[in-house]
Amino acid sequence: MTDQATADGVGRQAPVTPPDSRSALAGRLPRALHPGAWWLWALGLATAASHTTNPLPLALLIAAAALVVVRRRGDAPWAFAFRMYLILGAVIVAMRVVFRLVFGGGQGDHVLLHLPEIPLPAWAAGIRLFGPVAAEQLLGGFYDGLRLATMLICLGAANALANPKRLLKAVPGALYAVSTAVVVALSVAPQLVESVLRVRRARRLRGAARQGLRALRGIALPVLADALDRSLALAAAMDSRGYGRTAAIPAGQRALTGGLVLAGLVGVCVGTYGLLDATVPGYLGLPMLIVGLATAVAGMLLAGRQVRRSRYRPDRWRITEVVVAGCGVATAVVMAVAGSVDPVRLYPPVSPLTWPELTPLMLLVVAVAVAPAWLAPPPTLAAHRTPRPVLTAPNGTTRSSPKRDTSESEAQR
Amino acid sequence: MIDFSRVTVHYAETSEPMLRDVNLHIPEGELCLVAGRTGAGKSTLLRAINGLVPHFTGGTLHGTVTVQGRDTRSHPPRDLADVVGVVGQDPLAGFVTDTVEEELAYGMEQLALPAPVMRKRVEETLDLLGIAELRDRPLRTLSGGQQQRVAIGAVLTSHPQVLVLDEPTSALDPTAAEDVLAAVTRLVHDLGVTVVVAEHRLERVVHYADRLLYLPGDGTVIDGEPAAVLADIDLAPPLVELGRAAGWTPLPLSVRDARRRASDLRQRLADAPAPPATPPPAGLPVLAARNIVVRYPGTVAVAGVDLDLHPGRIVALMGRNGSGKSSLLWAVQGSGPRHSGTVTVTGPDGATDPKTLPAGRARRQVGLVPQTPGDLLYLETVDAECAQADRESDAPAGTCRALLDQLTPALPGDQHPRDLSEGQRLAIALAVQLTAAPQVVLLDEPTRGLDYLAKRQFTAIVRRLATEGRTVVVATHDVELVATLADRVVVMAQGEIVADGTTAEVMLASPAFAPQVAKVLAPQPWLTVDQVTAALAATRTRG
Repeated sequence: MTDQATADGVGRQAPVTPPDSRSALAGRLPRALHPGAWWLWALGLATAASHTTNPLPLALLIAAAALVVVRRRGDAPWAFAFRMYLILGAVIVAMRVVFRLVFGGGQGDHVLLHLPEIPLPAWAAGIRLFGPVAAEQLLGGFYDGLRLATMLICLGAANALANPKRLLKAVPGALYAVSTAVVVALSVAPQLVESVLRVRRARRLRGAARQGLRALRGIALPVLADALDRSLALAAAMDSRGYGRTAAIPAGQRALTGGLVLAGLVGVCVGTYGLLDATVPGYLGLPMLIVGLATAVAGMLLAGRQVRRSRYRPDRWRITEVVVAGCGVATAVVMAVAGSVDPVRLYPPVSPLTWPELTPLMLLVVAVAVAPAWLAPPPTLAAHRTPRPVLTAPNGTTRSSPKRDTSESEAQR
Repeated sequence: MIDFSRVTVHYAETSEPMLRDVNLHIPEGELCLVAGRTGAGKSTLLRAINGLVPHFTGGTLHGTVTVQGRDTRSHPPRDLADVVGVVGQDPLAGFVTDTVEEELAYGMEQLALPAPVMRKRVEETLDLLGIAELRDRPLRTLSGGQQQRVAIGAVLTSHPQVLVLDEPTSALDPTAAEDVLAAVTRLVHDLGVTVVVAEHRLERVVHYADRLLYLPGDGTVIDGEPAAVLADIDLAPPLVELGRAAGWTPLPLSVRDARRRASDLRQRLADAPAPPATPPPAGLPVLAARNIVVRYPGTVAVAGVDLDLHPGRIVALMGRNGSGKSSLLWAVQGSGPRHSGTVTVTGPDGATDPKTLPAGRARRQVGLVPQTPGDLLYLETVDAECAQADRESDAPAGTCRALLDQLTPALPGDQHPRDLSEGQRLAIALAVQLTAAPQVVLLDEPTRGLDYLAKRQFTAIVRRLATEGRTVVVATHDVELVATLADRVVVMAQGEIVADGTTAEVMLASPAFAPQVAKVLAPQPWLTVDQVTAALAATRTRG
């Protein structure tokens, strides 16, 4: 009841990040960008990274992705997963170097140290364990690992910037059922883990063994029964909330769309087979594939039009989205151009050892990649500092509802 | 608004119909409470309203159910979504999306409402239920009461004229339950929504209800004014029992009603001998926990708690959801995490810490029945479970079955535990744990989903355990249960013990934990109807 005074007005609207004065487009309202734009941007960066083993542009690309993430991520849980991708990247690089060390092959003149080589039987000829370790060999592993790590980190940036589930929401209407299934499956997974943990703990209460086939049965049965109960409850809830209302569609039309999609998919199968098997007549190949695809798409479009459903606050594809996605595409294109102009600089040779070099084109690549840090609108940040919720009971008394139990009750389970 | 005309519901596997020839008319704007024992057909009745019975559950429905003129025969649940909103018992199981705002919009998306309408209704509903500050929160991180309010909001956005709630407060602490019920009554009063709600703890809802549907269990439905229906049934909240004991007609349904009539009763009780105080425990504690700390990432669940448990005592552990009750029980038993502190169980074979023992021996010191007793059971039949329990505890064959027969006589041994009622499952889990003959028995939320009769049975069971010299700790939200059962009450908040004393001390001290009888008869120290009837009998014999 003491919170009554503070609850009025204060903190009702979400605090927004202040407009960025350095931005060329300062004053834009904070909003979440279409997830597709972030993914296109990230894929562009990853494509660019795949075109080079030069550590300098790769490191700059990682830095660019990190800067964009730091400046434009929201405060949702997935937004903080970026660190995990960085760690994973470091692990990849380390693994590559260690692999080169173990299975080295020992090419190169600059031998750093001599490890005792483990002799292998004759049938394993061509594989060498340990032996002399050359700088070239380690450097090659490092370059390779860094390229892979950069690509992974770019995708991690997309994950941190855009809720992957929102991407599913943006699918066309015909695939709505599929996307719903995926969303439900994604939310069931953590529940399943939770019930496994709960049942495992409960098994200990009966003093039962924690390992072995018997333990597995003791855990699997309650967990599966739980999952089944839950999915039935979910299905009932979805049904009573109107999922799959099709009342207005005549049966004939439903059969038509179903038939079209089915025939299309069969066509695609036959076409693919025809394309791969050289002995069948030519018309069963590419033409069949195209016809099949066209039929299936037509069926889906028709089905999509029949779905009587609207979308709450859909992500719109606006000019900023085009710009951000364009930055990604441009990054990839410029890198490809750089590759055709000066391939040696993009793949610096490890033997003889040379210093990697930057070219103006590479700098341009990085500049384009990092541009969304300023071009994209700032993210909306959810209100964390709102006061306790205040409820007005029908009899006019006002009291604050307990809020602090939320995080704990989660942790308790 | 809702009409049942000669409705009979049959499920394939049972010979007796769940509902038999039911005729009902629920007019617009009523708050209608559905009561009855577990398995009496409450859920069937509720689910028949929007056609989930029989479209979703199977079975046969004779007769007609119409809601706002729509026959459920020709309208499956999805086509009634704009008229009837259904909220299930476990809100989390019914969530389709993962944030509050999307969940509120989901139903409207299915109804193909235009985007501006959806936006407006989401904002309205957020305010109506007081959940505006939760709008971006992932649903899984909400507390039980918040989840329940979001689930109600999620069906309200479709503007249904009928709201069907199946035990909306069964898992909630008293305050969270109040929040949910306050929201529901507000809907009835301000928006004229017709609400049909099933609830075991009648004392929480009955004073809001305009009508009570009582299902005695033979498939019929008794329909009428709450006070009139309650007068004749054995399923009654403490207030009604107090009213019966005091001879009030009509029976009071709210504390306010009762209190206005109680001055006479208070006078009669003024010279009655006060209820016997619980004697302080004699001897050494059987279990001594010192400075227990349990941490989870980002939160301290139990913050340095000391707890002494004496033999033969029943201790109630109370506190809101997330106050650390479960964590404390698990830490004391030794199967859950414990980051510091010691537990000493003094048994016949010396003092031990259950945490250091292998699981099989720890359960002979301290037995714990978890919040979902079904987690302990994994075999196909009751008999198999009992036999397995005997093997696990090296007990002579038949020990567990004998215990089970004491707890609930004549439970068919060839039944699958999952097919039994909540109370029967609890009895099996309890029997399984008692087979190991622990001196200390910890029960985590044992009574949720139990009706009054099952609760009465449960009370008798726990009392018997205590007279055998065992210590029982019951973590619960149920104030009335604590009043009738416990010798001592420990209240936790934020991982600490904030109150610890005899039941009378703790319960009479704070209105949040006071049972209905205490609220009516305050400042006199009566907690239960049994105490009052005993005192009345005593004064009568004296006078």
